[in-house]
Amino acid sequence: MSATESVACLADPPFPLYSRGNMSLSGREPRLFPHRHLLGIEGLSPDDILQLLDMAEEAVEVSRQVEKKKTTLRGRTQINLFFEASTRTQASFELAGKRLGADVMNMSVASSSIKKGETLIDTAMTLNAMRPDLIVVRHHAAGAVGLLARKVDCSVINAGDGAHEHPTQALLDALTIRRAKGRIRGLVVAICGDILHSRVARSNLILLNALGADVRVIGPTTLLPPGIENMGARVFTNMRDGLKDADIVMMLRLQRERMNGSFVPSVKEYFHYFGLDREKLSVAKPDALVMHPGPMNRGVEIASDIADGAQSLIREQVEMGVAVRMAVLEALSRHLPNAEGR
Amino acid sequence: MVSHRPTLIINAHLVDPETGREEKGAVAIENGLIHEWGHAIDASAKPEGALVIDAKGRVLAPGLIDLRAFVGEPGAEHRESLASASRAAAAGGVTTVICMPDTNPPVDDPAVVDYIIRRARDTAGVRLMPSAALTKGLHGKEMTEFGLLGAAGAVFFTDGARSVANAQVMRRAFTYARDFDALIVHHVEEPTLSIDGVMNEGELSSRLGLPGIPKAAETIMLERDLALVRLTGARYHAAMISCAESLEIIKRAKDEGLPITCGVSINNLALNENDIGSYRTFLKLSPPLRAEEDRRAMIEGVASGLIDVIVSDHNPQDVEAKRQPFIECADGAIGLETMLSVALRLVHNGDVTMPQLFRALSTKPADILGLPQGRLRKGAPADLIIFDPDEPFVLDPEKLHSRCKNTPFDGARLQGRVHMTMVNGRIVQES
Repeated sequence: MSATESVACLADPPFPLYSRGNMSLSGREPRLFPHRHLLGIEGLSPDDILQLLDMAEEAVEVSRQVEKKKTTLRGRTQINLFFEASTRTQASFELAGKRLGADVMNMSVASSSIKKGETLIDTAMTLNAMRPDLIVVRHHAAGAVGLLARKVDCSVINAGDGAHEHPTQALLDALTIRRAKGRIRGLVVAICGDILHSRVARSNLILLNALGADVRVIGPTTLLPPGIENMGARVFTNMRDGLKDADIVMMLRLQRERMNGSFVPSVKEYFHYFGLDREKLSVAKPDALVMHPGPMNRGVEIASDIADGAQSLIREQVEMGVAVRMAVLEALSRHLPNAEGR
Repeated sequence: MVSHRPTLIINAHLVDPETGREEKGAVAIENGLIHEWGHAIDASAKPEGALVIDAKGRVLAPGLIDLRAFVGEPGAEHRESLASASRAAAAGGVTTVICMPDTNPPVDDPAVVDYIIRRARDTAGVRLMPSAALTKGLHGKEMTEFGLLGAAGAVFFTDGARSVANAQVMRRAFTYARDFDALIVHHVEEPTLSIDGVMNEGELSSRLGLPGIPKAAETIMLERDLALVRLTGARYHAAMISCAESLEIIKRAKDEGLPITCGVSINNLALNENDIGSYRTFLKLSPPLRAEEDRRAMIEGVASGLIDVIVSDHNPQDVEAKRQPFIECADGAIGLETMLSVALRLVHNGDVTMPQLFRALSTKPADILGLPQGRLRKGAPADLIIFDPDEPFVLDPEKLHSRCKNTPFDGARLQGRVHMTMVNGRIVQES
């Protein structure tokens, strides 16, 4: 059986799994998502999270149709403002917006105004004056997206701010897990690798705890943030101990500049102790599934045969990414004034 | 020098931190000096033509002496000039301010010391005194001219906001300083350990995704400096400590009899890391705000006298330097004008007595500098303030006199307002 087939069969759980929350397509009265922005998972209630996941389930269906286009965001302007280069997240947000009928504009600020000395707030004010409805922002500094959100009138979605949060990644991971396993509560989820610099790990920790998973983090202590044991995770510095009986193994990317002596001595040593290979994965549950937010360093944090193997959910994650972002855009757009002014 | 009119301040609640005396009474001032003070002064026997000020039962105490303020003159007058710093100080009851050498050009040449002294004389109402750089250009490599700079009027030697990482440079500076009885003041932070950090290292920094500064960055540098003091016998003052561990180190060194003193920033007495909340850049400070246990330890240090002085660490930053993501914005907060009101919280909370507070705000800083003021004593300069310790107000940054408004107490409810500030027997601020 090929990897693709296995993913496809995993992706067919009894549907819907959770019936509470929003059901706009089915004509029920939508629950108004109680936030104007999505700046992080922190601050979302379990109900908020489930609402977004349920909406995303519907978006999956839309995306799998031949006719993928909805009109929810027709006439709306969405700006993808990326201060940090990103291919996949930006493409995912762009597709999500377009499938909902929005006019989407991509801006890579890294290459334009910042070099001319414009501050983040000036950039925000300038864009705000162009009257967008939704701004998707990625920035290299923690808290920068929240700062920008305070200066604009539209809804802001955090597409990653420094080492702080990356909420849509955590949502897409949760959706992927829920569809593959049918639940999140009670699952043992091991997050492995560079936790210290990872916004994905922080958002996932908060979300998985909110939905009742048993979360572990695994990595060398140089790559673990201080106080992580108080943030709802059991800490392991040994892969075999940490992976024992895990349901989900979530690998994180290790950035190249951190591999050569500054945080870990070498790629070789890192892969030996913390790279996910068949042997280490064997201590997890036999039906354990492997995830990675991408882009992967094959041979650094994950062996190729695992990344492409039957237990991998990595491609499924990418598909769920578009669905989750559609759900988020739709949920936030309910706050936008309509043609009658509200 | 202008001639001084004899002055009598009556109906005052006198606080003398040096003796710990607190009593109702009056102060007689002649030729800019305290002539006599106490409950026994006969207000009717005032000298001919004397000015009589009725304190209306408010507190009269020695003016504050702030060992640490960054002023932008020369080079960054848009942030703070000597004149604007003086107005802020006068409004806050600070009668002597020591300016840090982190100017442009830095204060590493006697001509710059001379410039600041002259400019302060011409434009400032309170006493503004320059400190000089410890190393040339504040680069941490070569010591400055301690002899000539001191003779020009520099009150001590410090690299301001920077730490001298090189132990050999520091050892030689300590050794040489001793020959001139020069005081070395040092920002205790091991730069290689705090290099990327922007706040206290701990669970909160992890949650915010911000790189942390471990307490060890402070204790390592403090221990190193104290080992060098032991080796050289230099007079040493740790500019600001921020954590309980440092207090232990200071205690051991003082018990041992080393010639050392230390300070604490008003911010570390009033705020903790949780106040950063959602990335409030006005609370990005150096040393960083620490945990609540550390703040409590700092207060106990002030009460016991283990911490000698409280400083404002006044550091004006313009809007552009602070309207940035937390990681990228500048350090520092203004504090000259709010230091007393914020410090009075400690008195109102019952953590310290009024004389204990003024010992750290006035007397000890004067002692460290060898100044006669900072106390109510016959013959000492009449650098005095009158304030109502209970008067409540909500801090409006726009009303502050500093050219920059980066106060961490924006909108804070404070108690205690200065009604008069007198320097050398002359009123420089009155309301």
